[in-house]
Amino acid sequence: MSAFLRWVPAILVAACLAAAPARAADLRIGLSAEPSSMDPHYHNAWINVSFSFHIFDRLIEQDERQNLRPGLALSWKMVGERVWEFKLRQGVKFHDGAAFTAEDVVFTLKRIPAVPNSPSSLGVYTSSIESMEIVDLYTLRITTKAPYPLLPRDFSVFGIMGKKQASGPVPEGKTTQQLNAGDGLVGTGPYKFVEWVKGDRIVLARHPDYWGDKQPWDRVIFKPIRASGARVAALLSGDVDLIEGVSPPDLPRLRQDSNVKVWDSISNVAMYIMFDSFRDETPGVSGTNGKNPFKDSRVRKALSLAINREAIVSRIMEGMATPAAEVVPPFMFGANPDLKPDPYDPDEAKKLLAAAGYPNGFKLVLGAPSDRYVRISEISQAVASMWSRVGVQTSVDASTITTFFTRRNKYEFSAFLGGSLAYTGEMSFLLKVVAATPTANSLHGVINKGRYSNPKVDELLHAAVSATDEEKSRKLMQEASRIVMKEDHGMLVLHFDKRAWATRSTVTYNPRVDTSTFAMEAKPAK
Amino acid sequence: MTVVILRRLFQAVGVVFTMSVLVFIGVYAIANPIDVLAGGQSSGVEREALSRALGLDRPIWTQFFIFLGKLASGDFGRSFVANEPAIHIILDRMPATLELAFVAMFLSIVLGIPLGMLAGLRPNSFAGRSVMVGSILGFSLPTFWVGLMLILIFAVYLGILPATGRGDTVTVLGVQLSIFTWDGLSHIILPAFNLALFKMALVIRLTRAGTREALLQDYVKYARAKGLSERRVIGVHVLRNILIPVVTVLGLELGNVVAFAVVTERVFAWPGMGKLLIDSIELLDRPVIVAYLIVIVFVFVIINLVVDLLYSFLDPRVRLAEQRA
Repeated sequence: MSAFLRWVPAILVAACLAAAPARAADLRIGLSAEPSSMDPHYHNAWINVSFSFHIFDRLIEQDERQNLRPGLALSWKMVGERVWEFKLRQGVKFHDGAAFTAEDVVFTLKRIPAVPNSPSSLGVYTSSIESMEIVDLYTLRITTKAPYPLLPRDFSVFGIMGKKQASGPVPEGKTTQQLNAGDGLVGTGPYKFVEWVKGDRIVLARHPDYWGDKQPWDRVIFKPIRASGARVAALLSGDVDLIEGVSPPDLPRLRQDSNVKVWDSISNVAMYIMFDSFRDETPGVSGTNGKNPFKDSRVRKALSLAINREAIVSRIMEGMATPAAEVVPPFMFGANPDLKPDPYDPDEAKKLLAAAGYPNGFKLVLGAPSDRYVRISEISQAVASMWSRVGVQTSVDASTITTFFTRRNKYEFSAFLGGSLAYTGEMSFLLKVVAATPTANSLHGVINKGRYSNPKVDELLHAAVSATDEEKSRKLMQEASRIVMKEDHGMLVLHFDKRAWATRSTVTYNPRVDTSTFAMEAKPAK
Repeated sequence: MTVVILRRLFQAVGVVFTMSVLVFIGVYAIANPIDVLAGGQSSGVEREALSRALGLDRPIWTQFFIFLGKLASGDFGRSFVANEPAIHIILDRMPATLELAFVAMFLSIVLGIPLGMLAGLRPNSFAGRSVMVGSILGFSLPTFWVGLMLILIFAVYLGILPATGRGDTVTVLGVQLSIFTWDGLSHIILPAFNLALFKMALVIRLTRAGTREALLQDYVKYARAKGLSERRVIGVHVLRNILIPVVTVLGLELGNVVAFAVVTERVFAWPGMGKLLIDSIELLDRPVIVAYLIVIVFVFVIINLVVDLLYSFLDPRVRLAEQRA
């Protein structure tokens, strides 16, 4: 026993040494989720896609507000009705020293739809391409199947792989499994891949020949820490220098701590409610003699006016949200500056319900997820009690996100809550998937599970994505949004989440609207 | 001996079969994995293609027999999420969990048995009472809360131990282990202690009860009458007899620790199998869930076997070959 006691101080000293921070120029990041693959083209899930941008550059980048800026492409323009020309950056080097050329872009564009077993293919961003032509090493022409002004947007959400580095015997070249092991995982991005210990850490190292700003970190170590309390603890103890996904209740304490800084930004995550505006009889409604009240836009508007968005933002979200009028924040392409969030007006809501033939309201079951989104349970309860106050007796049917998606997709709900992400940083893509009339073989209405449909909106969206004039395209999107949000109340948008990051005071962070956590946005504090 | 092992293996196969049926039906009843995987970025046509590629378009029982057929040839299926063989993903994570579980068991034994004996030998002393109060706390405090408190005290306020993750590893016999590096040890202390707390309380109670009972037995009186030293009476005669229930319970608990280290792994971001299981359930990654459970079934079977062998070593009255159950 006494021999053991003699060892105790030695163990403690060793532990102290081990817990001391690593080299000063390392950046350690606590992530709330781990990418499921290192293959940048395997799964169109934002965590995978956005992580890949450390290693693989995009042709066109999105800045912290999702505006486009040159990446591997220096400039791009339409040279014919269906033809885009991209001028590529010269002198760009891959991590292995090879030069970047148009060949690599063509390789990538062919690889994306060829990756097998993709749970959700990035092929949606290349499906508009009819043919590709390499004019010279640094000029690429792309012909689309139809006039498509949004091609640069689509090209801003996937990374470019090297033809030489990622070629292989199968159609996709290096397989997902090879890439997960680091084989062929060579890009032009600011950081090189070092190792991935699944569940524990991903290590990257600075790419010394990176074409952009010189990165301040020798190494970046990403640690997946899913529990938000554990992430905060890891930051406070100095295990990591930067964490993402700080939950609202932790913020006041962190803001007071002088060793820590908090950075927040509005995000492209919009929380919304959709109604079954398709069926004559709808499963979650009773007390209407079998009628579906949501086929009447007055009812949908009434329920929007019955929601106190300000209260949800200030009480439930603790200020970490902004009331919303449409699915993308006001600074994005296609946002309609004339639209304001619906005011809180319960009296008008009651009048509208009476005018629609429901003076005594009805009973409703609101479907809602119970996880994934920030404070989603509290939000659904609040909405239910606000609706009950104007006479629509609402109960919440909450289920975990896995079950929720399947139930929603089987049309089990008459009204449901959801969240959307504006990946492309503009209006049309999101409006297309969530509010266009659903079709089987395209992205139109794929998450429009209320089956809202207005031919005029479909027409405007189609015109917007094929107009060759940018201003015209913007106007058409704005009009489509106005019809969905204000004329039809086809969906009720509640708010945009604000997302928060926290750093040790030795690090500064530039938060992004797209919710990504980029080592490139972190700098040593002066 | 061989008969015993063979019989156990056959039992394990039966359990694996029953369990796979349950998992298949369970996942099928919860939701369609395609809905979780595909998100809002794939058209109906693409979803159908994915469904076909993963074999999810077939009737559930066809899927099940395809799975059984492949399992017979050692193929556990590929993860829907990662597109890698499910068994690789699990075996990758297994050393971390086993390491954590064994260190936790070790802690609960080396701390639990002496403390339990102390409480059994001196039930009315201050120390004995404190140990029992402590063991009540060990039982009743929720693991995640204790975990967070340990992090707060040792990592945040004192700053002497790291809060999360696994430390540096070295390769021992082809397996990545962290207990042979100082960094690794400093990382494993808190989660292992957290995981050990409940077991330690269990061991303390078992040992105390066993000790008190044993002290009244004739053989102890006889040993004392023979003039054996107190040290030998307690350390050999009493200890050996109270070990039997302790070994049984710990054997079963080891399986539990391996299978349900989930909470501790989550709080300490420990890259083990428990964390993987939770992630896989959230994403309805059926091949990984099934493979994980199969691995756990075999872990339980092996542990039970080892416990039986230990029995016959500790108590010569037990003869394995005579068991017919």
